[in-house]
Amino acid sequence: MHGILTIYRKEMEDHFSSMRFLLIAALIVMIGVIIASMVGMSMQEELRGVAKPTFVFLMLFTSTGKLFSFVQFIGLLGPLIGIILGFDAINRERSGRTLSKLVSQPIYRDAIINAKFLAGVTMIAIVMASLVLIISGLGIRLIGVVPGAEEIWRLLIYLVLSIIYISFWLGAAILFSVVFRSTATSALASLAVWICLSFFIGLGGSFLADAVAPINQTADMAEATDAFLKNAEIQRVASLFSPMTLYGDATSTILDPMRKTTRAFVLMGPLERFSLSRFQNPLPLGQSVVIVAPFMISLIAITFVCFGICYAVFMRQEIRST
Amino acid sequence: MEKEIVIRMEELTKLYGTQTAVDRLTLSVAQGEVFGFLGPNGAGKTTTMLMLLGLTEPTSGTVRVCGFDPARDPLKVKEIIGYLPEHVGFYEDMDARQNLRYIARLNDIPDRISTARIDRLLEEVDLAGEATKKVGSYSKGMRQRLGIAEVLIKEPKVVFLDEPTIGLDPDGTNRMLDLIQALSRERQMTIFFSSHLLDQVQQISDRIGIMIKGKLVAAGPLAELAQRGLGLEEGEAYTLEEIYMKYFKEA
Ligand SMILES: Nc1ncnc2c1ncn2[C@@H]1O[C@H](COP(=O)(O)OP(=O)(O)O)[C@@H](O)[C@H]1O
Ligand SMILES: [Mg+2]
Repeated sequence: MHGILTIYRKEMEDHFSSMRFLLIAALIVMIGVIIASMVGMSMQEELRGVAKPTFVFLMLFTSTGKLFSFVQFIGLLGPLIGIILGFDAINRERSGRTLSKLVSQPIYRDAIINAKFLAGVTMIAIVMASLVLIISGLGIRLIGVVPGAEEIWRLLIYLVLSIIYISFWLGAAILFSVVFRSTATSALASLAVWICLSFFIGLGGSFLADAVAPINQTADMAEATDAFLKNAEIQRVASLFSPMTLYGDATSTILDPMRKTTRAFVLMGPLERFSLSRFQNPLPLGQSVVIVAPFMISLIAITFVCFGICYAVFMRQEIRST
Repeated sequence: MEKEIVIRMEELTKLYGTQTAVDRLTLSVAQGEVFGFLGPNGAGKTTTMLMLLGLTEPTSGTVRVCGFDPARDPLKVKEIIGYLPEHVGFYEDMDARQNLRYIARLNDIPDRISTARIDRLLEEVDLAGEATKKVGSYSKGMRQRLGIAEVLIKEPKVVFLDEPTIGLDPDGTNRMLDLIQALSRERQMTIFFSSHLLDQVQQISDRIGIMIKGKLVAAGPLAELAQRGLGLEEGEAYTLEEIYMKYFKEA
């Protein structure tokens, strides 16, 4: 235990004095606050003299405004925080030749990885919590609404989801720092995987879908619908490999109680569509949680897979000081 | 009374692919001994040490350090040994005291105990005057001495020093050798150190092992090696170099 605690403390000190991390964190906090305050100001305009809709407070996070919403922004650039915190966790010690000293102290090797991961998660939690707090404060001033108990719960779940999501990227970056000896390589590898999983999977998915189930103009209505549904289903399955899509689906369900399903609208059956139009009540919190639980679990699961590989590589690795 | 054996290796072998780095090494070192492990670069000295520390697994054979198997009980071994790697690194943006404090904490030594110990050690390795400077500004010799202080902070029973004098100037080398000798005399520590330089090994070792291409070709006190290797009588003049060259040619 003393091993984890000692390394954790040192890592925290390192993060707090790391220019690189402070810059990225400041940038992300700044842009996030700007996006949310722009949304807040336009909402202030629109809501003047109108009865406030339910869950108006959450709209601060989910409305797209001019560019994109705060939630989308974190989905897009949040991973950078995780990558910055983790990409040189182990290979920095290797190239600084402190690793062979570290592993010859009476601590378990996994304590090194665990402590570094925990320190990173703490930093992520600090950044995300302060972001959500700043935006909430802004929202109270701009829209003049105090969030209700349920909204606070939803925001808390959103916070947890975001921390898990960014921690996945932290885990992936730490894995690369174990596998690659050079910090430049691990940084590039993390960025490449981030870009690939976040941006190209969607593209690749639609290519794949068009190749497997092309949508062509036919007279036969039933056939066309079939192809269309199949195409959409393939795209959806492909997007499940993208943590960004998982995160986006989960957070929009949590923060937007009017949504009843994470599926795209086209995939709903007529009855679903009917019920959606009939019951325009918000989905209860419990139900929202039930819907996002699988996403949370799969995000945690892939983080654990990263860790499993980390351990497998690092635990028995020979560590020379050269 | 026979001295307690603290390091024991039997038929210890390490293969990297098809290359044999250490070949059926059998060797024991007794409590309080200074054992000099001599051999040219690539002889397998570092690999042997890594196996003694549990930092790499032997392909076959057995290792025991104070009765523990480093591959199965790595923590037990690491609690009682100190290791100075061939190229020792530090956290460059911390000073000597902070580096030492970190190692002390990793060894679960409470700060109230380590504070005094750190002061004493800095004095001992002659770094007390530079203790508040960032390690990034240290010379090679100072870093090597700080490395020794880090090894000693946990008060180990056995220390492994891998090429402790590599890259040091003559003055730095002498200070290092004096330091090693003092450890043995004043603290009765068992010291297992490697070097590829003959005269240094000769100066401070109780026993010497000569390793060439993964094989231990000779081990014993210097005088004994001379008698066996060169066929000399007791009292006849010899140098370690002659002995070394003899074994080197044979191998
Ligand atoms: N990771 C490795 N993979 C393959 N061969 C290695 C590895 N590490 C060391 N060797 C080889 O093992 C031999 C012994 O190396 P080493 O123990 O470092 O020698 P020394 O410390 O005596 O200079 C060398 O021939 C070296 O090339
Ligand atoms: Mg070596």
